[in-house]
Amino acid sequence: MNAIAWRGEWKKLIWLLGIFAVCFWLPVGSERFDGAMLEALHLTKWYAREHVLLCLVPAFFIAGAIGVFVSQAAVMRYLGPKANKVMAYGVASVSGSILAVCSCTVLPLFAGIYRMGAGLGPATAFLYAGPAINVLAIILTARVLGLELGIARAVGAIVFSVVIGLIMHLIHRREETAKAAVMTDTPEPQTLRPLGQSIAFFGAMVAILVFANWGQPAETAGFWHAIHAAKWPLTAVFALVLAVILIAWYGARWWHMLLIAVATALSGLAASAALDGPAAALIPFAVAVLGLSVVLSTSQGESAEWFNATWTFAKQIMPLLLIGVLLAGVLLGRPQQEGLIPSQWVTDLVGGNSLRANLFASVVGAFMYFATLTEVPILEGLIGNGMGKGPALALLLAGPALSLPNMLVIRSIMGTRKTVVFVILVIVMATLSGLIYGAAFP
Amino acid sequence: MKSIKILGSGCAKCRQLADNAVAAADELGIEYQLDKVTQINDIMAFGVMMTPGLVVDGQVKSSGKVLSRDAIKTLLSE
Repeated sequence: MNAIAWRGEWKKLIWLLGIFAVCFWLPVGSERFDGAMLEALHLTKWYAREHVLLCLVPAFFIAGAIGVFVSQAAVMRYLGPKANKVMAYGVASVSGSILAVCSCTVLPLFAGIYRMGAGLGPATAFLYAGPAINVLAIILTARVLGLELGIARAVGAIVFSVVIGLIMHLIHRREETAKAAVMTDTPEPQTLRPLGQSIAFFGAMVAILVFANWGQPAETAGFWHAIHAAKWPLTAVFALVLAVILIAWYGARWWHMLLIAVATALSGLAASAALDGPAAALIPFAVAVLGLSVVLSTSQGESAEWFNATWTFAKQIMPLLLIGVLLAGVLLGRPQQEGLIPSQWVTDLVGGNSLRANLFASVVGAFMYFATLTEVPILEGLIGNGMGKGPALALLLAGPALSLPNMLVIRSIMGTRKTVVFVILVIVMATLSGLIYGAAFP
Repeated sequence: MKSIKILGSGCAKCRQLADNAVAAADELGIEYQLDKVTQINDIMAFGVMMTPGLVVDGQVKSSGKVLSRDAIKTLLSE
Protein backbone atom coordinates (compact mmCIF):
# COMPACT_ATOMS: atom_id res chain seq x y z
CA MET A 1 0.00 0.00 0.00
CA ASN A 2 1.38 3.43 -0.93
CA ALA A 3 2.07 6.13 1.62
CA ILE A 4 -0.31 9.09 1.44
CA ALA A 5 0.95 11.76 -0.94
CA TRP A 6 1.07 14.53 1.66
CA ARG A 7 2.33 17.04 -0.81
CA GLY A 8 -1.05 17.14 -2.50
CA GLU A 9 -3.07 16.57 0.63
CA TRP A 10 -1.65 18.96 3.21
CA LYS A 11 -3.85 21.89 2.19
CA LYS A 12 -7.00 19.86 2.75
CA LEU A 13 -5.65 18.79 6.13
CA ILE A 14 -5.08 22.39 7.18
CA TRP A 15 -8.64 23.28 6.10
CA LEU A 16 -10.08 20.35 8.00
CA LEU A 17 -8.14 21.18 11.15
CA GLY A 18 -8.99 24.85 10.86
CA ILE A 19 -12.72 24.28 10.46
CA PHE A 20 -12.65 21.74 13.30
CA ALA A 21 -10.91 24.26 15.55
CA VAL A 22 -13.50 26.89 14.79
CA CYS A 23 -16.33 24.46 15.50
CA PHE A 24 -14.65 23.24 18.70
CA TRP A 25 -14.27 26.72 20.08
CA LEU A 26 -17.49 28.14 18.62
CA PRO A 27 -18.60 30.83 21.08
CA VAL A 28 -22.21 29.70 20.97
CA GLY A 29 -23.78 30.40 24.28
CA SER A 30 -21.93 33.64 24.83
CA GLU A 31 -24.47 36.42 24.82
CA ARG A 32 -22.67 38.67 22.34
CA PHE A 33 -22.15 35.89 19.81
CA ASP A 34 -25.70 34.56 19.98
CA GLY A 35 -27.02 38.09 19.78
CA ALA A 36 -24.88 38.81 16.73
CA MET A 37 -26.12 35.69 14.95
CA LEU A 38 -29.72 36.62 15.61
CA GLU A 39 -29.09 40.19 14.54
CA ALA A 40 -27.72 38.97 11.21
CA LEU A 41 -30.90 36.98 10.62
CA HIS A 42 -33.16 39.80 11.78
CA LEU A 43 -31.41 42.25 9.50
CA THR A 44 -31.71 39.90 6.53
CA LYS A 45 -35.41 39.47 7.14
CA TRP A 46 -35.85 43.22 7.47
CA TYR A 47 -34.06 43.88 4.20
CA ALA A 48 -36.09 41.20 2.45
CA ARG A 49 -39.32 42.74 3.66
CA GLU A 50 -38.54 46.41 3.44
CA HIS A 51 -36.19 46.91 0.57
CA VAL A 52 -36.05 44.08 -1.90
CA LEU A 53 -39.43 44.15 -3.58
CA LEU A 54 -40.32 47.82 -3.53
CA CYS A 55 -36.87 49.29 -3.97
CA LEU A 56 -34.35 46.88 -5.40
CA VAL A 57 -36.58 45.22 -8.00
CA PRO A 58 -37.66 48.51 -9.65
CA ALA A 59 -34.04 49.63 -9.40
CA PHE A 60 -32.90 46.54 -11.28
CA PHE A 61 -35.44 47.28 -14.01
CA ILE A 62 -34.21 50.86 -14.24
CA ALA A 63 -30.57 49.81 -14.36
CA GLY A 64 -31.37 47.20 -17.00
CA ALA A 65 -33.21 49.80 -19.05
CA ILE A 66 -30.23 52.15 -18.86
CA GLY A 67 -27.98 49.38 -20.09
CA VAL A 68 -30.20 48.58 -23.05
CA PHE A 69 -31.89 51.81 -24.08
CA VAL A 70 -29.23 54.43 -23.55
CA SER A 71 -26.74 54.49 -26.37
CA GLN A 72 -23.33 53.97 -24.82
CA ALA A 73 -21.71 54.82 -28.11
CA ALA A 74 -23.37 58.23 -28.11
CA VAL A 75 -21.99 58.93 -24.65
CA MET A 76 -18.52 57.68 -25.58
CA ARG A 77 -18.31 60.27 -28.33
CA TYR A 78 -18.03 62.93 -25.63
CA LEU A 79 -15.12 61.06 -24.08
CA GLY A 80 -13.29 60.11 -27.23
CA PRO A 81 -10.19 61.66 -28.78
CA LYS A 82 -12.09 64.38 -30.61
CA ALA A 83 -14.15 65.41 -27.61
CA ASN A 84 -14.37 68.94 -26.30
CA LYS A 85 -12.04 68.73 -23.30
CA VAL A 86 -14.10 70.92 -21.00
CA MET A 87 -17.33 69.08 -21.64
CA ALA A 88 -15.52 65.78 -21.27
CA TYR A 89 -15.11 66.41 -17.54
CA GLY A 90 -18.80 67.00 -17.04
CA VAL A 91 -19.75 63.99 -19.12
CA ALA A 92 -17.14 61.78 -17.43
CA SER A 93 -18.42 62.59 -13.98
CA VAL A 94 -22.04 61.80 -14.77
CA SER A 95 -21.74 59.09 -17.37
CA GLY A 96 -20.60 56.56 -14.80
CA SER A 97 -24.24 56.00 -14.07
CA ILE A 98 -24.81 55.11 -17.73
CA LEU A 99 -21.57 53.47 -18.75
CA ALA A 100 -20.45 51.68 -15.64
CA VAL A 101 -23.60 49.89 -14.67
CA CYS A 102 -21.55 46.71 -14.78
CA SER A 103 -18.63 47.15 -12.40
CA CYS A 104 -16.17 45.33 -14.65
CA THR A 105 -16.46 47.91 -17.40
CA VAL A 106 -14.99 50.75 -15.36
CA LEU A 107 -11.34 49.81 -15.69
CA PRO A 108 -11.21 49.11 -19.45
CA LEU A 109 -13.17 52.30 -20.06
CA PHE A 110 -10.80 54.24 -17.84
CA ALA A 111 -7.84 52.83 -19.73
CA GLY A 112 -9.49 53.67 -23.02
CA ILE A 113 -10.37 57.24 -22.12
CA TYR A 114 -6.89 57.80 -20.71
CA ARG A 115 -4.87 56.42 -23.60
CA MET A 116 -7.17 56.75 -26.57
CA GLY A 117 -9.72 59.30 -25.63
CA ALA A 118 -10.04 62.59 -23.87
CA GLY A 119 -7.03 62.12 -21.65
CA LEU A 120 -5.92 61.70 -18.05
CA GLY A 121 -8.20 64.33 -16.51
CA PRO A 122 -11.56 63.10 -17.79
CA ALA A 123 -10.38 59.50 -17.42
CA THR A 124 -9.64 60.02 -13.75
CA ALA A 125 -12.92 61.82 -13.25
CA PHE A 126 -14.67 58.82 -14.75
CA LEU A 127 -12.57 56.37 -12.74
CA TYR A 128 -13.71 57.97 -9.53
CA ALA A 129 -17.28 58.78 -10.42
CA GLY A 130 -18.10 55.58 -12.25
CA PRO A 131 -18.50 53.27 -9.28
CA ALA A 132 -19.49 56.13 -7.03
CA ILE A 133 -22.69 57.11 -8.87
CA ASN A 134 -23.80 53.60 -9.64
CA VAL A 135 -27.55 53.99 -10.07
CA LEU A 136 -28.44 51.05 -7.86
CA ALA A 137 -26.16 52.21 -5.07
CA ILE A 138 -27.59 55.71 -5.01
CA ILE A 139 -31.13 54.41 -4.93
CA LEU A 140 -30.43 52.01 -2.09
CA THR A 141 -28.43 54.62 -0.18
CA ALA A 142 -31.30 57.07 -0.37
CA ARG A 143 -33.76 54.40 0.69
CA VAL A 144 -31.86 52.86 3.59
CA LEU A 145 -29.64 55.67 4.82
CA GLY A 146 -31.92 58.57 4.04
CA LEU A 147 -32.52 60.96 1.17
CA GLU A 148 -29.98 63.49 2.53
CA LEU A 149 -27.14 61.01 2.44
CA GLY A 150 -28.20 59.65 -0.94
CA ILE A 151 -28.21 63.08 -2.54
CA ALA A 152 -25.00 64.06 -0.75
CA ARG A 153 -23.36 60.94 -2.10
CA ALA A 154 -24.43 61.61 -5.67
CA VAL A 155 -23.57 65.30 -5.60
CA GLY A 156 -20.30 64.71 -3.79
CA ALA A 157 -19.26 62.05 -6.25
CA ILE A 158 -19.99 64.22 -9.28
CA VAL A 159 -18.43 67.41 -7.95
CA PHE A 160 -15.32 65.79 -6.60
CA SER A 161 -14.76 63.61 -9.61
CA VAL A 162 -14.44 66.76 -11.71
CA VAL A 163 -12.17 68.32 -9.10
CA ILE A 164 -9.98 65.24 -8.83
CA GLY A 165 -9.83 64.92 -12.61
CA LEU A 166 -8.80 68.54 -13.01
CA ILE A 167 -6.13 68.31 -10.32
CA MET A 168 -4.70 65.14 -11.85
CA HIS A 169 -4.60 66.89 -15.22
CA LEU A 170 -2.91 69.97 -13.78
CA ILE A 171 -0.30 68.05 -11.84
CA HIS A 172 0.67 65.95 -14.83
CA ARG A 173 0.06 68.38 -17.67
CA ARG A 174 3.66 68.54 -18.69
CA GLU A 175 3.77 64.85 -19.39
CA GLU A 176 2.95 64.04 -22.95
CA THR A 177 1.27 60.70 -23.04
CA ALA A 178 1.46 59.47 -26.57
CA LYS A 179 -1.88 58.02 -27.54
CA ALA A 180 -1.47 54.31 -27.13
CA ALA A 181 -3.72 53.35 -29.98
CA VAL A 182 -6.38 54.76 -32.21
CA MET A 183 -9.89 54.07 -31.08
CA THR A 184 -11.69 51.95 -33.64
CA ASP A 185 -15.10 53.15 -34.65
CA THR A 186 -17.33 50.12 -34.48
CA PRO A 187 -20.54 50.68 -36.38
CA GLU A 188 -23.47 50.83 -34.00
CA PRO A 189 -26.94 50.22 -35.38
CA GLN A 190 -28.60 53.40 -34.21
CA THR A 191 -32.24 53.05 -33.29
CA LEU A 192 -33.02 56.72 -33.03
CA ARG A 193 -35.58 57.11 -30.34
CA PRO A 194 -36.77 60.66 -29.62
CA LEU A 195 -35.30 61.91 -26.40
CA GLY A 196 -38.75 62.78 -25.06
CA GLN A 197 -39.82 59.15 -25.21
CA SER A 198 -36.79 57.98 -23.27
CA ILE A 199 -37.28 60.68 -20.67
CA ALA A 200 -40.94 59.79 -20.23
CA PHE A 201 -40.07 56.10 -19.99
CA PHE A 202 -37.40 56.55 -17.34
CA GLY A 203 -39.45 59.23 -15.63
CA ALA A 204 -42.38 56.87 -15.17
CA MET A 205 -40.16 54.17 -13.69
CA VAL A 206 -38.43 56.59 -11.36
CA ALA A 207 -41.80 57.97 -10.28
CA ILE A 208 -42.97 54.45 -9.42
CA LEU A 209 -39.80 53.88 -7.44
CA VAL A 210 -40.08 57.16 -5.58
CA PHE A 211 -43.75 56.91 -4.66
CA ALA A 212 -43.70 53.24 -3.75
CA ASN A 213 -40.93 54.04 -1.29
CA TRP A 214 -42.25 57.32 0.07
CA GLY A 215 -41.42 57.27 3.72
CA GLN A 216 -43.67 58.27 6.55
CA PRO A 217 -42.92 61.84 7.55
CA ALA A 218 -42.83 62.95 11.16
CA GLU A 219 -45.68 65.42 10.81
CA THR A 220 -49.26 64.23 10.62
CA ALA A 221 -50.43 66.94 8.25
CA GLY A 222 -49.14 69.05 5.41
CA PHE A 223 -47.78 68.37 1.93
CA TRP A 224 -45.33 65.53 2.66
CA HIS A 225 -47.91 63.76 4.73
CA ALA A 226 -50.53 64.10 2.03
CA ILE A 227 -48.21 62.49 -0.48
CA HIS A 228 -47.48 59.65 1.89
CA ALA A 229 -51.18 59.06 2.40
CA ALA A 230 -51.69 58.91 -1.37
CA LYS A 231 -48.52 56.96 -2.21
CA TRP A 232 -50.21 53.84 -3.53
CA PRO A 233 -52.75 55.60 -5.76
CA LEU A 234 -49.86 57.68 -7.10
CA THR A 235 -47.77 54.58 -7.72
CA ALA A 236 -50.68 52.99 -9.52
CA VAL A 237 -51.14 56.07 -11.71
CA PHE A 238 -47.52 56.01 -12.81
CA ALA A 239 -47.68 52.27 -13.36
CA LEU A 240 -50.54 52.89 -15.79
CA VAL A 241 -48.51 55.67 -17.41
CA LEU A 242 -45.65 53.22 -17.84
CA ALA A 243 -47.99 50.66 -19.39
CA VAL A 244 -49.24 53.24 -21.89
CA ILE A 245 -45.68 54.27 -22.75
CA LEU A 246 -44.70 50.67 -23.27
CA ILE A 247 -47.64 50.12 -25.62
CA ALA A 248 -47.14 53.37 -27.53
CA TRP A 249 -43.40 53.46 -28.01
CA TYR A 250 -41.86 50.21 -26.90
CA GLY A 251 -43.87 47.67 -28.79
CA ALA A 252 -45.83 46.12 -25.95
CA ARG A 253 -49.20 44.55 -26.76
CA TRP A 254 -52.11 46.37 -25.18
CA TRP A 255 -53.90 43.24 -24.09
CA HIS A 256 -50.75 42.02 -22.29
CA MET A 257 -50.69 45.25 -20.34
CA LEU A 258 -54.42 45.04 -19.72
CA LEU A 259 -54.05 41.52 -18.32
CA ILE A 260 -51.32 42.69 -15.97
CA ALA A 261 -53.39 45.68 -14.88
CA VAL A 262 -56.44 43.57 -14.16
CA ALA A 263 -54.43 40.94 -12.29
CA THR A 264 -52.77 43.65 -10.22
CA ALA A 265 -56.05 45.35 -9.40
CA LEU A 266 -57.74 42.10 -8.41
CA SER A 267 -54.86 40.96 -6.24
CA GLY A 268 -54.75 44.42 -4.70
CA LEU A 269 -58.41 44.23 -3.70
CA ALA A 270 -57.99 40.72 -2.35
CA ALA A 271 -54.87 41.67 -0.40
CA SER A 272 -56.32 44.75 1.23
CA ALA A 273 -59.33 42.72 2.30
CA ALA A 274 -57.21 39.98 3.81
CA LEU A 275 -54.18 41.88 5.15
CA ASP A 276 -53.64 45.02 7.11
CA GLY A 277 -51.33 47.91 6.56
CA PRO A 278 -48.32 48.22 4.24
CA ALA A 279 -47.99 44.46 3.65
CA ALA A 280 -51.18 44.60 1.58
CA ALA A 281 -49.46 46.67 -1.09
CA LEU A 282 -46.65 44.18 -1.56
CA ILE A 283 -48.91 41.60 -3.18
CA PRO A 284 -50.27 43.65 -6.10
CA PHE A 285 -46.79 45.12 -6.57
CA ALA A 286 -45.35 41.62 -6.83
CA VAL A 287 -48.10 40.58 -9.24
CA ALA A 288 -47.38 43.56 -11.48
CA VAL A 289 -43.63 42.88 -11.45
CA LEU A 290 -44.21 39.22 -12.22
CA GLY A 291 -46.59 40.10 -15.05
CA LEU A 292 -44.14 42.56 -16.56
CA SER A 293 -41.30 40.03 -16.29
CA VAL A 294 -43.30 37.32 -18.04
CA VAL A 295 -44.38 39.67 -20.83
CA LEU A 296 -40.90 41.09 -21.39
CA SER A 297 -39.06 37.81 -21.27
CA THR A 298 -41.34 36.18 -23.82
CA SER A 299 -41.18 39.01 -26.33
CA GLN A 300 -38.57 39.81 -28.93
CA GLY A 301 -35.98 42.44 -29.50
CA GLU A 302 -35.47 45.31 -27.11
CA SER A 303 -38.02 44.19 -24.55
CA ALA A 304 -36.36 40.82 -24.16
CA GLU A 305 -32.95 42.50 -23.99
CA TRP A 306 -34.24 44.79 -21.26
CA PHE A 307 -35.47 41.90 -19.18
CA ASN A 308 -32.25 40.02 -19.81
CA ALA A 309 -30.17 42.93 -18.53
CA THR A 310 -32.45 43.30 -15.50
CA TRP A 311 -32.23 39.60 -14.68
CA THR A 312 -28.45 39.63 -15.09
CA PHE A 313 -28.21 42.39 -12.51
CA ALA A 314 -30.48 40.57 -10.13
CA LYS A 315 -28.41 37.39 -10.42
CA GLN A 316 -25.17 39.25 -9.99
CA ILE A 317 -26.09 41.53 -7.14
CA MET A 318 -28.57 39.75 -4.89
CA PRO A 319 -26.06 37.15 -3.63
CA LEU A 320 -23.55 39.89 -2.92
CA LEU A 321 -26.12 41.95 -1.09
CA LEU A 322 -27.17 38.94 0.96
CA ILE A 323 -23.58 38.37 2.04
CA GLY A 324 -23.18 42.07 2.81
CA VAL A 325 -26.33 42.16 4.93
CA LEU A 326 -25.36 39.01 6.87
CA LEU A 327 -21.89 40.39 7.48
CA ALA A 328 -23.24 43.75 8.57
CA GLY A 329 -25.72 42.03 10.85
CA VAL A 330 -23.12 39.80 12.49
CA LEU A 331 -20.60 42.59 13.01
CA LEU A 332 -22.85 45.54 13.71
CA GLY A 333 -26.41 44.39 14.25
CA ARG A 334 -29.61 46.14 13.32
CA PRO A 335 -30.02 49.87 13.89
CA GLN A 336 -30.16 50.44 17.64
CA GLN A 337 -28.64 47.01 18.28
CA GLU A 338 -25.13 45.66 18.57
CA GLY A 339 -23.38 42.83 16.81
CA LEU A 340 -19.97 41.38 17.53
CA ILE A 341 -18.34 44.80 17.49
CA PRO A 342 -19.12 46.87 20.59
CA SER A 343 -20.69 50.15 19.54
CA GLN A 344 -18.30 51.97 21.84
CA TRP A 345 -15.44 51.14 19.49
CA VAL A 346 -17.38 52.57 16.55
CA THR A 347 -18.22 55.75 18.42
CA ASP A 348 -14.61 56.16 19.54
CA LEU A 349 -13.14 55.66 16.09
CA VAL A 350 -15.64 57.35 13.81
CA GLY A 351 -18.17 59.10 15.97
CA GLY A 352 -18.79 62.80 15.80
CA ASN A 353 -17.28 64.92 13.07
CA SER A 354 -13.63 65.32 13.97
CA LEU A 355 -10.90 65.43 11.35
CA ARG A 356 -9.57 62.17 12.77
CA ALA A 357 -12.91 60.39 12.41
CA ASN A 358 -13.41 61.54 8.83
CA LEU A 359 -9.85 60.72 7.88
CA PHE A 360 -10.05 57.28 9.43
CA ALA A 361 -13.29 56.55 7.57
CA SER A 362 -11.80 57.75 4.27
CA VAL A 363 -8.63 55.70 4.57
CA VAL A 364 -10.42 52.53 5.64
CA GLY A 365 -12.97 53.05 2.86
CA ALA A 366 -10.28 53.57 0.25
CA PHE A 367 -8.46 50.33 1.00
CA MET A 368 -11.36 48.12 1.93
CA TYR A 369 -13.18 46.24 -0.77
CA PHE A 370 -16.92 46.74 -1.00
CA ALA A 371 -18.86 44.57 -3.41
CA THR A 372 -21.64 46.43 -5.20
CA LEU A 373 -24.25 47.68 -2.75
CA THR A 374 -22.68 46.02 0.30
CA GLU A 375 -21.52 49.39 1.55
CA VAL A 376 -25.13 50.26 2.33
CA PRO A 377 -25.94 47.66 5.01
CA ILE A 378 -22.47 48.00 6.47
CA LEU A 379 -22.82 51.73 6.71
CA GLU A 380 -26.28 51.39 8.19
CA GLY A 381 -24.81 49.22 10.90
CA LEU A 382 -22.00 51.66 11.57
CA ILE A 383 -24.33 54.65 11.77
CA GLY A 384 -26.61 52.70 14.11
CA ASN A 385 -23.60 52.04 16.31
CA GLY A 386 -22.60 55.69 16.58
CA MET A 387 -20.74 56.65 13.41
CA GLY A 388 -21.11 60.31 12.67
CA LYS A 389 -22.79 61.45 9.48
CA GLY A 390 -19.67 63.20 8.23
CA PRO A 391 -17.47 60.09 8.45
CA ALA A 392 -20.37 58.11 6.94
CA LEU A 393 -20.30 60.27 3.82
CA ALA A 394 -16.51 60.05 3.77
CA LEU A 395 -16.77 56.26 3.75
CA LEU A 396 -19.42 56.33 1.03
CA LEU A 397 -17.27 58.50 -1.19
CA ALA A 398 -14.01 56.61 -0.69
CA GLY A 399 -15.31 53.08 -0.26
CA PRO A 400 -16.95 51.84 -3.43
CA ALA A 401 -14.64 53.74 -5.75
CA LEU A 402 -11.40 52.27 -4.46
CA SER A 403 -10.01 49.13 -2.93
CA LEU A 404 -6.59 47.62 -2.62
CA PRO A 405 -6.98 45.12 -5.50
CA ASN A 406 -8.49 47.89 -7.61
CA MET A 407 -5.52 50.17 -6.89
CA LEU A 408 -3.15 47.52 -8.20
CA VAL A 409 -4.97 47.32 -11.52
CA ILE A 410 -5.08 51.10 -11.84
CA ARG A 411 -1.35 51.11 -11.18
CA SER A 412 -0.79 48.79 -14.14
CA ILE A 413 -2.55 51.34 -16.35
CA MET A 414 -1.22 54.66 -15.18
CA GLY A 415 1.81 53.84 -13.14
CA THR A 416 2.61 53.99 -9.45
CA ARG A 417 3.12 57.72 -9.08
CA LYS A 418 -0.16 58.76 -10.68
CA THR A 419 -2.02 56.06 -8.75
CA VAL A 420 -0.60 57.32 -5.45
CA VAL A 421 -1.62 60.87 -6.33
CA PHE A 422 -5.10 59.66 -7.23
CA VAL A 423 -5.55 57.73 -3.99
CA ILE A 424 -4.37 60.66 -1.91
CA LEU A 425 -6.74 63.00 -3.76
CA VAL A 426 -9.68 60.64 -3.15
CA ILE A 427 -8.89 60.38 0.56
CA VAL A 428 -8.50 64.14 0.90
CA MET A 429 -11.71 64.88 -1.00
CA ALA A 430 -13.69 62.28 0.92
CA THR A 431 -12.43 63.61 4.25
CA LEU A 432 -13.24 67.20 3.26
CA SER A 433 -16.72 66.33 2.06
CA GLY A 434 -17.33 64.42 5.26
CA LEU A 435 -16.25 67.37 7.36
CA ILE A 436 -18.43 69.79 5.43
CA TYR A 437 -21.47 67.53 5.42
CA GLY A 438 -21.11 66.63 9.06
CA ALA A 439 -20.91 70.29 9.98
CA ALA A 440 -23.89 71.25 7.81
CA PHE A 441 -26.19 68.39 8.82
CA PRO A 442 -25.25 67.32 12.34
CA MET B 1 -9.12 28.94 -40.08
CA LYS B 2 -10.90 31.85 -38.49
CA SER B 3 -9.37 33.57 -35.52
CA ILE B 4 -11.96 34.68 -32.97
CA LYS B 5 -10.89 36.78 -30.02
CA ILE B 6 -13.08 37.80 -27.09
CA LEU B 7 -11.91 40.97 -25.38
CA GLY B 8 -12.90 41.36 -21.77
CA SER B 9 -11.61 41.18 -18.22
CA GLY B 10 -13.64 38.17 -17.31
CA CYS B 11 -17.05 39.20 -16.10
CA ALA B 12 -20.33 37.52 -16.97
CA LYS B 13 -20.87 39.52 -20.18
CA CYS B 14 -17.53 38.45 -21.62
CA ARG B 15 -18.20 34.82 -20.76
CA GLN B 16 -21.63 35.05 -22.38
CA LEU B 17 -20.13 36.50 -25.55
CA ALA B 18 -17.55 33.72 -25.62
CA ASP B 19 -20.26 31.08 -25.18
CA ASN B 20 -22.35 32.62 -27.95
CA ALA B 21 -19.34 32.82 -30.25
CA VAL B 22 -18.42 29.18 -29.69
CA ALA B 23 -22.03 28.11 -30.29
CA ALA B 24 -22.25 30.19 -33.46
CA ALA B 25 -18.97 28.88 -34.88
CA ASP B 26 -19.88 25.29 -34.01
CA GLU B 27 -23.27 25.65 -35.69
CA LEU B 28 -21.64 26.97 -38.84
CA GLY B 29 -19.22 24.09 -38.72
CA ILE B 30 -16.21 26.28 -39.45
CA GLU B 31 -12.70 25.79 -38.17
CA TYR B 32 -11.78 28.41 -35.66
CA GLN B 33 -9.42 29.34 -32.86
CA LEU B 34 -10.93 31.12 -29.85
CA ASP B 35 -8.75 33.32 -27.66
CA LYS B 36 -9.72 35.34 -24.61
CA VAL B 37 -7.88 38.61 -24.26
CA THR B 38 -8.12 39.76 -20.65
CA GLN B 39 -5.21 42.14 -20.11
CA ILE B 40 -6.36 45.73 -20.33
CA ASN B 41 -3.35 46.89 -22.32
CA ASP B 42 -3.91 44.14 -24.89
CA ILE B 43 -7.60 45.02 -25.12
CA MET B 44 -6.69 48.64 -25.74
CA ALA B 45 -4.28 47.63 -28.47
CA PHE B 46 -7.33 46.70 -30.53
CA GLY B 47 -8.72 50.18 -30.05
CA VAL B 48 -11.64 48.87 -28.02
CA MET B 49 -12.85 50.97 -25.11
CA MET B 50 -16.00 49.12 -24.14
CA THR B 51 -15.89 45.46 -23.24
CA PRO B 52 -16.91 42.86 -24.17
CA GLY B 53 -15.40 43.03 -27.62
CA LEU B 54 -15.44 40.60 -30.51
CA VAL B 55 -12.54 40.42 -32.94
CA VAL B 56 -12.71 38.17 -36.01
CA ASP B 57 -9.56 37.67 -38.10
CA GLY B 58 -7.99 40.73 -36.57
CA GLN B 59 -10.93 43.06 -37.21
CA VAL B 60 -13.04 44.47 -34.40
CA LYS B 61 -16.59 43.46 -35.17
CA SER B 62 -18.35 44.72 -32.08
CA SER B 63 -17.68 46.30 -28.74
CA GLY B 64 -19.78 46.98 -25.69
CA LYS B 65 -22.49 44.46 -26.50
CA VAL B 66 -23.09 40.78 -25.97
CA LEU B 67 -24.03 39.67 -29.47
CA SER B 68 -26.52 36.89 -29.87
CA ARG B 69 -25.52 33.60 -31.37
CA ASP B 70 -27.37 34.44 -34.59
CA ALA B 71 -25.74 37.84 -34.90
CA ILE B 72 -22.33 36.24 -34.51
CA LYS B 73 -23.23 33.62 -37.11
CA THR B 74 -23.98 36.43 -39.56
CA LEU B 75 -20.64 38.07 -38.78
CA LEU B 76 -18.72 34.85 -39.16
CA SER B 77 -20.32 34.11 -42.50
CA GLU B 78 -19.24 37.40 -44.06
